[in-house]
Amino acid sequence: MLKIKNLHASIDGKEILKGLNLEVNPGEVHAIMGPNGAGKSTLASVLAGREEYEITEGTVDFEGADLLEMATEDRAREGLFLAFQYPVEIPGVSNVNFLRTALNEIREYRGEPAISAKDFMALVKEKSAIVELDAKLASRSVNEGFSGGEKKRNEIFQMAMLDPKLAILDETDSGLDIDALRIVANGVNKLKSDKNATIVITHYQRLLDYIVPDFVHVLYNGQIVKSGPKELALELEEKGYDWIKAEFAH
Amino acid sequence: MGYTENDLAKDLENSEYKFGFTTDIESDRAPLGLNEDIIRFISAKKEEPEWLLDYRLKCYKIWSEMTEPSWAHITYPKPNFQGISYYAAPKQTKKYESWDDVDPEMKATMAKLGISLEEQQRLTGVAVDFVMDSVSVATSFKSKLKELGIIFCSFSEAVQEHPELVRQYMGSVVPATDNFYAALNSAVFTDGSFCYIPKGVRCPMELSTYFRINEANTGQFERTLVIADEGSYVSYLEGCTAPQRDENQLHAAVVELIALKDAEIKYSTVQNWYPGDKNGDGGVFNFVTKRGICETNAKISWTQVETGSAVTWKYPSCILKGDNSIGEFYSVAVTNNYQQADTGTKMIHLGKNTKSTIISKGISAGKSHNSYRGLVQIHKNAHHARNFSQCDSLLMTDECGAHTFPYIECKNPSAKIEHEATTSKIGEDQIFYCLQRGISEEKAISLIVNGYCKEVLNQLPMEFAVEAQKLLTISLEGSVG
Repeated sequence: MLKIKNLHASIDGKEILKGLNLEVNPGEVHAIMGPNGAGKSTLASVLAGREEYEITEGTVDFEGADLLEMATEDRAREGLFLAFQYPVEIPGVSNVNFLRTALNEIREYRGEPAISAKDFMALVKEKSAIVELDAKLASRSVNEGFSGGEKKRNEIFQMAMLDPKLAILDETDSGLDIDALRIVANGVNKLKSDKNATIVITHYQRLLDYIVPDFVHVLYNGQIVKSGPKELALELEEKGYDWIKAEFAH
Repeated sequence: MGYTENDLAKDLENSEYKFGFTTDIESDRAPLGLNEDIIRFISAKKEEPEWLLDYRLKCYKIWSEMTEPSWAHITYPKPNFQGISYYAAPKQTKKYESWDDVDPEMKATMAKLGISLEEQQRLTGVAVDFVMDSVSVATSFKSKLKELGIIFCSFSEAVQEHPELVRQYMGSVVPATDNFYAALNSAVFTDGSFCYIPKGVRCPMELSTYFRINEANTGQFERTLVIADEGSYVSYLEGCTAPQRDENQLHAAVVELIALKDAEIKYSTVQNWYPGDKNGDGGVFNFVTKRGICETNAKISWTQVETGSAVTWKYPSCILKGDNSIGEFYSVAVTNNYQQADTGTKMIHLGKNTKSTIISKGISAGKSHNSYRGLVQIHKNAHHARNFSQCDSLLMTDECGAHTFPYIECKNPSAKIEHEATTSKIGEDQIFYCLQRGISEEKAISLIVNGYCKEVLNQLPMEFAVEAQKLLTISLEGSVG
């Protein structure tokens, strides 16, 4: 589904990703861990298509197409979803209006007719239950006045509504208490299928107790320096990142 | 002082007029320039009563002793007031010979606004036969109003048919001495709208100038008078979302609202005069004086969506004279390219327990300048007066400007005044968030801007609000930088 080869990316002339390789297949959950400043969020931003980053080398193939050539909105329409670390507030725009606009833009791109108001509301009801999101939040302005936990749940609710092929969760666990963490993780697990894939970016192992990864990758200094089964996450939790740093310091 | 070149020029000018038109009363157009005789000419053409001519002459005298104000945050070439013809016969002029002559860009814009082809043709002034539909709608509309005793007609008609009302109220809220442009309008206005709602009557429909746009060419000095008698209610709509082109560069309208005891007037405007081209050439200069007066328990609510004109100078205001009266001002002003807007409101609190709310949303794009200018004045007898003001500015580019000039004058210690102001640049983060959900940039901007203006758009009647939303989107197309 996703093949990243030798990806180099920089911002303001500073190279952040320095030859990153990663392959994700349908049905898989990949966890990307690493110390602060390793390039985790940069990877998420580059895949989603943030313009501030300059790609200097490498390729990214998404479902047989060149992802890096696609406009940001087309990546989303092709089924790439980013759950933001810091979800953005859009005052005056209701969550439902926002999502209906998004859903219809995606449907139009795929040559499907716009969803009817009735079907849309039924979908909202069904999907909001997955993350135990209060129906009232669906009619409030996008993320405005939401608590940290509500914002993250709203991200997963949006993911459920848009049904992506590849979801990237960028530090979705940050700022969540244990109950919210469980709800968010359960939501992600319920959305999992053998057709879609998930990349979980996290600093801590905690989230991986709930979202069990098939592979764990350690990102350090712009590269994936170590990959392994889910147990690697426990090892990192126990030992910290210092041994990685020592091993790969240059 | 000796006789100067200027004096000579003036004499020549005046004498030319003296000969020019007293004999030429059959002409359909006044010669260029302004003097007492021109005013007599206008008044005679309109077969006005003596009192109105006297009023015009008095106003002309006031105007001629005034100088054009320069305090607003706008720059423009000063109009040559002697280079304007102040009267043209009110006939329906054909602006285009055929539909094919109409600017394709204008057609495209109207199509985007969802205006029917028939409406598009009517609005552009193409001579068409099938205006019949609009006429019949307007006719049935009028008979219904008549049943309720509501008067809704052109200003000229009101002068002939209801002189007592016009005489009593015209100039009572905006006296000619108020400002340069109001004085000019009072001297030379040609037509406009008049509306009277009788005691206790709730006008069952939105009164729209739209219905009578074809009846008379109101010209560049429009005069509007709305009187809501005791306990009555009216919602009045001015303008339309379709782009309006006009050969006259200068527009100076006067709107007066009178809300008597327990009455309520809701006045909504969508202004989309030609703003000039992308380089700032052409475009309408819009200098408007709008003001309402509230008697006891009355309420006046101004809502405006301003997207057009090269220069806008406009401060719809409320005089809260009666106790417990309420004034509201909701405004969205969009400027793009080289447009300049200096707009806001004045809330004059005279009565006890008077309340005012100001919500102003400015959006600046391109190289434009957008200023909010507002005055909240609490007089010494206005016990427990309250005001809440919120002025937000949204910047779309790095080259545009937003300015806020709030003035507060409070002479009563029991008053409560709140003012909030924010300035923000349209968030790249917000746009990216939308893009990442599959929403195109154009739709993203439309969503964000409409969300930003929601409090104001919510005040507009439903149909108008939908059109205004589309208009905002169109006005800002491709404007993020």
